[in-house]
Amino acid sequence: RTLLTHPWFTGLQEGSQSCDGSVAVLSHQWKRAAPAYHLILEGILILWIIRLLFSKTYKLQERSDLTVKEKEELIEEWQPEPLVPPVSKDHPALNYNIVSGPPSHNIVVNGKKCVNFASFNFLGLLDNARVKAAALASLKKYGVGTCGPRGFYGTFDVHLDLEDRLAKFMKTEEAIIYSYGFATIASAIPAYSKRALVFVDYFLSFLNPRKARVTRRFIVVEGLYMNTGTVCPLPELVKLKYKYKARIFLEESLSFGVLGEHGRGVTEHFGISIDDIDLISANMENSLASVGGFCCGRSFVIDHQRLSGQGYCFSASLPPLLAAAAIEALNIMEENPGIFLVLKEKCERIHKALQGISGLKVVGESLSPAFHLQLTDSTGAREKDVTLLQEIVNHCMNRGIALTQARYLEKEEKCLPPPSIRVVVTVEQTDEELERAARIIKEAAQAVLL
Amino acid sequence: AAAAAAAAGQIHHVTQNGGLYKRPFNEAFEETPMLVAVLTYVGYGVLTLFGYLRDFLRHWRIEKCHHATERKEQQDFVSLYQDFENFYTRNLYMRIRDNWNRPICSVPGARVDIMERQSHDYNWSFKYTGNIIKGVINMGSYNYLGFARNTGSCQEAAAKVLEEYGVGVCSTRQEIGNLDKHEELEKLVASFLGVEAAMAYGMGFATNSMNIPALVGKGCLILSDELNHASLVLGARLSGATIRIFKHNNMQSLEKLLKDAIVYGQPRTRRPWKKILILVEGIYSMEGSIVRLPEVIALKKKYKAYLYLDEAHSIGALGPTGRGVVDYFGLDPQDVDVMMGTFTKSFGASGGYIGGKKELIDYLRTHSHSAVYATSLSPPVVEQIVTSMKCIMGQDGTTLGKECIQQLAENTRYFRRRLKEMGFIIYGNEDSPVVPLMLYMPAKIGAFGREMLKRNIGVVVVGFPATPIIESRARFCLSAAHTKEILDTALKEIDEVGDLLQLKYSRHRLVPLLDRPFDETTYEETED
Repeated sequence: RTLLTHPWFTGLQEGSQSCDGSVAVLSHQWKRAAPAYHLILEGILILWIIRLLFSKTYKLQERSDLTVKEKEELIEEWQPEPLVPPVSKDHPALNYNIVSGPPSHNIVVNGKKCVNFASFNFLGLLDNARVKAAALASLKKYGVGTCGPRGFYGTFDVHLDLEDRLAKFMKTEEAIIYSYGFATIASAIPAYSKRALVFVDYFLSFLNPRKARVTRRFIVVEGLYMNTGTVCPLPELVKLKYKYKARIFLEESLSFGVLGEHGRGVTEHFGISIDDIDLISANMENSLASVGGFCCGRSFVIDHQRLSGQGYCFSASLPPLLAAAAIEALNIMEENPGIFLVLKEKCERIHKALQGISGLKVVGESLSPAFHLQLTDSTGAREKDVTLLQEIVNHCMNRGIALTQARYLEKEEKCLPPPSIRVVVTVEQTDEELERAARIIKEAAQAVLL
Repeated sequence: AAAAAAAAGQIHHVTQNGGLYKRPFNEAFEETPMLVAVLTYVGYGVLTLFGYLRDFLRHWRIEKCHHATERKEQQDFVSLYQDFENFYTRNLYMRIRDNWNRPICSVPGARVDIMERQSHDYNWSFKYTGNIIKGVINMGSYNYLGFARNTGSCQEAAAKVLEEYGVGVCSTRQEIGNLDKHEELEKLVASFLGVEAAMAYGMGFATNSMNIPALVGKGCLILSDELNHASLVLGARLSGATIRIFKHNNMQSLEKLLKDAIVYGQPRTRRPWKKILILVEGIYSMEGSIVRLPEVIALKKKYKAYLYLDEAHSIGALGPTGRGVVDYFGLDPQDVDVMMGTFTKSFGASGGYIGGKKELIDYLRTHSHSAVYATSLSPPVVEQIVTSMKCIMGQDGTTLGKECIQQLAENTRYFRRRLKEMGFIIYGNEDSPVVPLMLYMPAKIGAFGREMLKRNIGVVVVGFPATPIIESRARFCLSAAHTKEILDTALKEIDEVGDLLQLKYSRHRLVPLLDRPFDETTYEETED
């Protein structure tokens, strides 16, 4: 009733009465166009809007209607998988070989005395007296551990010395050392590649670049490939670098201290200027017979890792005795550059001696001191191959030659290499030992495979 | 009054948890005073403005540009660094850079010798004057039990092993790098921790980043504490599992995440999770807090999750027998599924270990990246660990280990009490040997470090990005090697510098951790 006494309605009645006054009609036309049901509808709409405004908001996360009891039942019923799947007792990697005493040239493996053809001790510096003396002096001065990362009183003068020496040896501006070889390249690449395209070499296959101009491009290669014993084609890579404007990261763990006239690695081997390579990363655990790793290159590139290399900033620094051992090993390398030639000679010798074994083929170039022996005819199943090769290895170990199979994490590798025995050549091996090894491997292959 | 309030808060805590805690748990994080917070933001604002000004001047070559540049031949390559990434480094970090990376030339014991360096171009480059600042009190090295020594039985044993075995190993564990020394070490670590088996690795950082991916993968859930170390975060990201973060040491947050995870399953598909792994640390090195282990274990048992405990700082430093945070709370080591730790801090060596059930260790021996691709521990380092561990366990026939542990506990209590009495804001648990002292303002970071060095005390100062931007701090690491005289000297100097720089912010309004407001939006979900 209050609605009907509203001037709006009285205006309607007025307008309907004064039908001659056209202005009056026009001005009241809009008022006349609203019948009662329309108004009631609008009233209901207004009431509905008011109701919606005041009703509770509907939370998206609680769209399930589970009661507390149902939740408790779900929690009780849920069974997780065991933390780790069971490992069978005969897993080939479960029972490690136990080495008693130092893993040097004459090694005692599982109680048997052998000549070592398995450790990456290329320059024979593992039991060099000078290296041990330097490490001992450092131990007497500094103790063993550094008790802190590089940023917090973990930088010793030995570390600065070693970085200096490595930079000078490799003829680069700066070097940075890490306390673990594996962490070196694993920290270096992520430090630069937040938004980047990384071309990683899997047996020389490149991907096509599709991304825009803001993406940095990196080519990551190894100097001497551990899985195949081949050398990377560095001159072609440098040409590609300038053509596609990508930067090269060179991983020289095997080739440092092996290739090149003075042991500077694959850049010296090919005669390429070291400035063309943006970053060289290597570990000190092979030729230098120490522990840890380093990266070297121009200051522009290397300095960035001092704040962004995770393995550098958040981890304790290298124990000083290991750094001192590495410095002494570098000294020895610089004093007798003739050992690289000796090593090369021995590699070629054993390569020749191992050709033509029935059942096994040599995989790797003749200048690689770590190469593989693979089965010429695989049985078809990887486990069977592994078992066969293990029998050959055991046969050799029983006769005084220590060998090992190359180990991989089978699920993690993108291109899993076939199972193989790895043979490592060091300068300490005499010619007689090399010939004996070749003979014993031949006999073992004959005994097991035929 | 503060003690009474804390005691009241503590009693309240113990009864609330039904007696899970056998000892009082006193942890406090005093709130930042409002004025200080505002001034800190203002400080950073001023620095940022000046930073832009400097960049402008450098761009137009009015100011000399010190940092290295790209090669001429590679100028048209996509630039290696984003300009903004380095803004903080160029304009803020560079100015106080002399507080970090200080080179030392002696054993990092209670006193250390620092090489003096000078800069004539505002920290862009350093020159060594050749002087050595001798006998600086070392409050920065992680030397909790004082095993960083160059004399004594540990050093002699390590020297003998060095002569016999050499320094390197040149091979991996699975190939021919597994020495008898490593087997001995692993048996000893297992008996020290009270677990079935253990495995040792060459680097603590790599232990986390390479083994977490071996344990969990896609379809699993990781619940990680807010303030976990970079190695745990990296390992969690590399594994490919879903990561959810709970508020620091907050058990309600953790419980809610666990409940929601099991009830609702994986996002979108609603499949049940394969496993749930909780990542926590024993002592958090930036906060000085200790994990609430009894509650975590109770939750883990109730919801059938797995627990990964990183005892990098707490092994050797906590507990009546030095066995870490499990020993500190008097719990059973079998309850923790994966016990990880490092040898760097309390044992004066380097490397890391993982301990647990035999099935776990067998699996890691066959599936860990470290066993297959990385060189094993160096023999003299192994010997140092073995000797120091035997010393802590008391197996070498002396009580040296027990004395060190007691000395550290006394030092911790004394130092923290004195600093609190002086009026500084100190974070963390009363029993934690890591003592963060709040500085807040960016200028005070540099000032504190330099003033302390002038007074012959070496401290560690930390700012952004290791800590939240307004919560910069100085962090003291106590050691059993610190005698009471050394601590008193240090305290006197800290008092002086505190008055000079006006660092005594504390108003004794302690906020016990439990009362922090907890709201529903406390977790983030990141799927990589």
